[in-house]
Amino acid sequence: MKKFTKTHEWVEVEGKIATIGITEHAAEELGDVTFVELPEEGKEVKKGEALCAVESVKSASDVYSPVSGKVIEVNTELDASPEIINEDAEGKGWIVKLELSDESELDGLLTEEEYKNSL
Amino acid sequence: MENLKRTPLFDEHVRLGAKMVPFGGWEMPVWYSSLKEEHHAVRNNVGIFDVSHMGEIDIKGKEAVKFVNYLITNNVEKIKTEEIVYSPMLNENGGIIDDLLAYKYSDEHILLVVNASNIDKDYNWIKKQAENFDVKVKNISDEIAQIAVQGPKSEEMLQEISGVDLKKISYYNFTEGRINGIQCLISRTGYTGEDGFEIYLDKEAAVPMWRKLMELISHYDGRPAGLGARDTLRLEATYLLYGNDMTDDITPFEAGLKWAVDMEKDFIGKDVLLKEKETGIRRRLKGIEMLERGIPRHGYKVFVGDEEVGFITSGTVSPTLDKPIALAMLNKPYYKKDTEIEVEIRGKRVKAKVIKTPFYRGSVKTRK
Repeated sequence: MKKFTKTHEWVEVEGKIATIGITEHAAEELGDVTFVELPEEGKEVKKGEALCAVESVKSASDVYSPVSGKVIEVNTELDASPEIINEDAEGKGWIVKLELSDESELDGLLTEEEYKNSL
Repeated sequence: MENLKRTPLFDEHVRLGAKMVPFGGWEMPVWYSSLKEEHHAVRNNVGIFDVSHMGEIDIKGKEAVKFVNYLITNNVEKIKTEEIVYSPMLNENGGIIDDLLAYKYSDEHILLVVNASNIDKDYNWIKKQAENFDVKVKNISDEIAQIAVQGPKSEEMLQEISGVDLKKISYYNFTEGRINGIQCLISRTGYTGEDGFEIYLDKEAAVPMWRKLMELISHYDGRPAGLGARDTLRLEATYLLYGNDMTDDITPFEAGLKWAVDMEKDFIGKDVLLKEKETGIRRRLKGIEMLERGIPRHGYKVFVGDEEVGFITSGTVSPTLDKPIALAMLNKPYYKKDTEIEVEIRGKRVKAKVIKTPFYRGSVKTRK
């Protein structure tokens, strides 16, 4: 089940692995995504820290990590085709996979309904 | 969005599903469906823009030409009736208050078209300067709507509903006539690097004009285009944006606008420019291209080694060239072509170099 942040990221956890991306709403607000500055594999991030940046034609936006952990995989398809984020932000447009360091952090995140109501 | 002004076409944009954003005190469409598609439509076919937020200040009186020539750096005495000049307007320190178009109706009537975010500042300044001249200054911005029709197919498309022969309007000329039966001022001008026209009309007539143009563009693979595409188009063509590339403390020589300054006549700020001409400029606006991955944006710092040597004034990903492009204000001597510089992007230094502009040349006619 997906969880959401007020800063428009989503996270989906399977075992210890958290897949993270930006929400469809965020992608729509950004417009045509032209560049995703992916983090390096192995990078350690804390919850709430800038994980990477997504740039549209108009502007640059930081993506904040919804949870703490270590980057174990990045979606390299976004290098050649950043527009995948516009087409399927909450599916094929995932950005990174983290190895979770603290599962309890998930409790503080929003459910899909809570997120949609906050928009 | 509080206290934002709306153009007469606001409801049309909302109905078309535009994303509305605040811009210079106005609530404007930034894009309708896709900035990139709107950009390409203008480069390849035709696009229509609501630019009714622009300001119009009318100068009438016996000394209209004399006054405007004192007010702006370019020369309205040298142009004929129904011709237009682009010009900076300077403060006493030689800094740019605004950049504008001056439309010469006659020796006693000149219309100044100014940037939306500067209307009040400009009007107050112009009124103050006019005290010793035999002219009347009137801000008519609220009465006028403006629609820009831009792209290589503009002339062909607009001719279908135009009562005047558009071929006879050369670049930076204008005429009065009917389009779609509506009385307008039509000029061959624009902010996209493509051939095109800007149509000024009574705000009451804006909706029928817009709807007719919407109907026409569908036959030419055109699109309505928002401020987002307007910005990427103008930056590719290297047209400057006030507030980014020009400000109150940037001189026209620094901004690369020497061609729009006539040093043979008197104007406000000239003393400073004379001195600058003697001592040489200390910095200059230049185009840059990235040598490594990253997108330079407005306000990012520029370095050479440990020295901060300038800042990015405008930057984006060019939809036409499919690569980042930017303008930077660079200190002497780092503005020379091929100079290697570094842009600080989110704490990281990314290599770039100074290149020749424009980044892209479209179908726009050249100045005579």
